[in-house]
Amino acid sequence: MVPVDDHERAKAFEQIVLPHLDAAYNLARWLTGNDHDAHDVAQEASLRAFKYFGSFRGDNARAWLLSIVRNSFHTWLRKNRPAEKTVEMTDETLDIEDPSARAEAVNPQFADADAVRRAIAELPVDFREMVILREMEGFSYKEIAELADVPIGTVMSRLARARKLLLKSLTAAFKPGDPR
Amino acid sequence: MNCQQAKPLIGPYADGELEAATILEVEKHIRDCSACALEWRNLKSLKKALTQDALYFTAPTELRRRIEAELPSPRREVHRGLARPVWNWNWLTTMTSGAFAVCLALLLLVVQSRPSAEQQLAQEVVSSHVRSLMGSHVLDVASTDQHTVKPWFNGKVDFSPPVKDLAAAGFPLTGGRLDYLGGRAVAALVFQRNKHIINVFVWPAREADCNPAPRKPLQGYHLIHWSAGGMTFWAISDLNEKELMEFAQDLAANKTVNP
Repeated sequence: MVPVDDHERAKAFEQIVLPHLDAAYNLARWLTGNDHDAHDVAQEASLRAFKYFGSFRGDNARAWLLSIVRNSFHTWLRKNRPAEKTVEMTDETLDIEDPSARAEAVNPQFADADAVRRAIAELPVDFREMVILREMEGFSYKEIAELADVPIGTVMSRLARARKLLLKSLTAAFKPGDPR
Repeated sequence: MNCQQAKPLIGPYADGELEAATILEVEKHIRDCSACALEWRNLKSLKKALTQDALYFTAPTELRRRIEAELPSPRREVHRGLARPVWNWNWLTTMTSGAFAVCLALLLLVVQSRPSAEQQLAQEVVSSHVRSLMGSHVLDVASTDQHTVKPWFNGKVDFSPPVKDLAAAGFPLTGGRLDYLGGRAVAALVFQRNKHIINVFVWPAREADCNPAPRKPLQGYHLIHWSAGGMTFWAISDLNEKELMEFAQDLAANKTVNP
């Protein structure tokens, strides 16, 4: 399906993969947390994608590109921020109080992009990526599981925890006097 | 279904990941239980907050330029073909490889079943969609007003496409465009869902009415096809299939919204 000739391959790559560059950059930007590193990760991932384009067999170029962005990000993370806490410590041990038991979350905080942005940025990175892939990219649980190479159950539990944390920080931000 | 069973299902319910039978049970529980109803409302507001456009980072032009510069470009190496000594083979080699090429072509013809007309059309729909996104030529007429978009097509195509704004359903109309598909001029209506652009190609059809149904995704794009009132419709987007299906059903429903 992917042409062998370099130039034909570049043309096909521009038509099939590069239209998803925004998605690649958005994911890289949310994972790294800043423009400069997002630029590096997205560029590295795109060039890696071109290198391996010959082996692309699927019909979902966006999911394929984003899985490469994830890999590039984790390589970058090991090199640049070896101390970053990933999910091992948070996935099972974090016990989150159920925020919805207390408050109606329909409040102005939810429409405030800055507050939402801060709340997402505060999430552990493995929870954060589930939110990006589900809410911003609209992938199904199955697609996310394949893309991130984790079981569907993990996708669901991380997404549920991410949402609880987001609700908690958004409702807490709205009611500063509320004890945590 | 009690709270303990319902709670872990509220997220998957909001994400459209449950079976029809379970959906009914969850909905019934939410109607009866105020705590779960609150959780459901909070989750809906949260999902809405997370999909606002302002949170989506788009790739800087500089990044796009740098990546394209790293790819082999046909423009920079137009002399490539001339450098190759194609014609100094002896005639026997030429004849043999020619015959071989013909055999191979015949074999491929037999082995590869030809794509159906619909598959070809679906591929064309994808190409048109991608072209519209790449060349920043999504719109010929930019308007969220169906009464501006619909008359714009007068005199440009030999039919009048049904146009309606679905802003209330979360799919605002952004405009229209003239496009070319399956050997004819067609109307392209452009809608948006958050950052996702939806192209709907419309032209008069000689086929029986059929309801919106998803086609096999191509190159990461979801496609939905339907026919109604003598028109054929193809909706395409990188939006997930569930939401695109909602969109198609909204657009297909009550299609007689006319100026």
